[in-house]
Amino acid sequence: MIILNVIRVYAGYFFLIIGSLFLFLGPLGILRFPDVYNRLQAGTKSTTLGAISALFGIGLLEPGWLGKIVILILFILLTNPVSSHAIGRSAYRSKVPLCGKSVVDKCEEEHIYKEAK
Amino acid sequence: MNEIFRTTIIQISIWVAVAGVILALIRGLIGPTPADRVVAIDSMTTVATVIIALFAHLFKRFIYLDVALVFGLLAFITVLIIARCLERRMI
Amino acid sequence: MNKIVKILFTAVIYFVVWILLTASLKIEEIFVGIIVSLGIALFTFENFTSKGLRYFSPKRLLYIIRYIPFFLWEVIKANFDVAYRVIHPKMPIKPGIVEVKTSLKTDTGKFLLANSITLTPGTLTIDVVGDRLFIHWIYVKTKDIEKATKMIPAHFEWALKEIE
Repeated sequence: MIILNVIRVYAGYFFLIIGSLFLFLGPLGILRFPDVYNRLQAGTKSTTLGAISALFGIGLLEPGWLGKIVILILFILLTNPVSSHAIGRSAYRSKVPLCGKSVVDKCEEEHIYKEAK
Repeated sequence: MNEIFRTTIIQISIWVAVAGVILALIRGLIGPTPADRVVAIDSMTTVATVIIALFAHLFKRFIYLDVALVFGLLAFITVLIIARCLERRMI
Repeated sequence: MNKIVKILFTAVIYFVVWILLTASLKIEEIFVGIIVSLGIALFTFENFTSKGLRYFSPKRLLYIIRYIPFFLWEVIKANFDVAYRVIHPKMPIKPGIVEVKTSLKTDTGKFLLANSITLTPGTLTIDVVGDRLFIHWIYVKTKDIEKATKMIPAHFEWALKEIE
């Protein structure tokens, strides 16, 4: 029983450290990538997994808090992609260009937007 | 001994996450288009939510998790509204 | 009849969220929780659910249980992929926007598909127009619609077809 407790606590520390590393890598990607869409990719993915992992670590360290931690994890998992989707769409509609390295851009999309207006 | 180890680990995590917030802040300051700044704000708020939860564990206060939840909710709504304004050319 | 089922379904979901938020099983908390969740469900059930109890069918639950570990594994893979591209000094990226088609019909299905695509390796949903999805790909492997459809959304649709 005591061994199980020790494993739980150290797994909690492990998830905390991994989570904070990903929370650091996401903004690093935002700083390094060349255009809005690539920055959005790095920002969304790394911060989502980092947040989930760190919160899960806190939940392991404090088993009494697990209910609210689960709510926070579900909330971040559902809302983070939605906000990145909204930013990407608004960036495309306000005609932010893709970076020079890009290989393909479906121009019919522009066409659809013109028809909609 | 155990207590010192715990606080050290959590303080390291908090400092690493704060470094992430600072990197995103730099991108927010130099970002050439408004969309870049919104991306920076989005990831800054997600990281800040986790930092509040880490502080809740550091000080052993259950009530701070409510602060994290409300902060995350408000940040989500803020980003959605700014993106909508950007789309309609209000900025 | 259908209306009552929908209201009860919404109220049950709200009540579970209430229990998780209060994190206590005192009799007063549960009593207030039942009243509040029923009251809110009366006003919001129309926007909350379109199918009611069908969401609790055993087949659907089975597919959800099978989908969650698959999804989490994809998220972890995606993060190591992005971390590799961030740390690599030359940044091996070849970005572009491609178009794919989806066979999912309902809004819930499209929402789940777009979220899954956003959180998995190298792809980000930019826009959804009808059954066409525009996807930003960080390393474009193919520009063809058919091939891209086989590579990105078909990866998730086997489960989401049953869940939607």
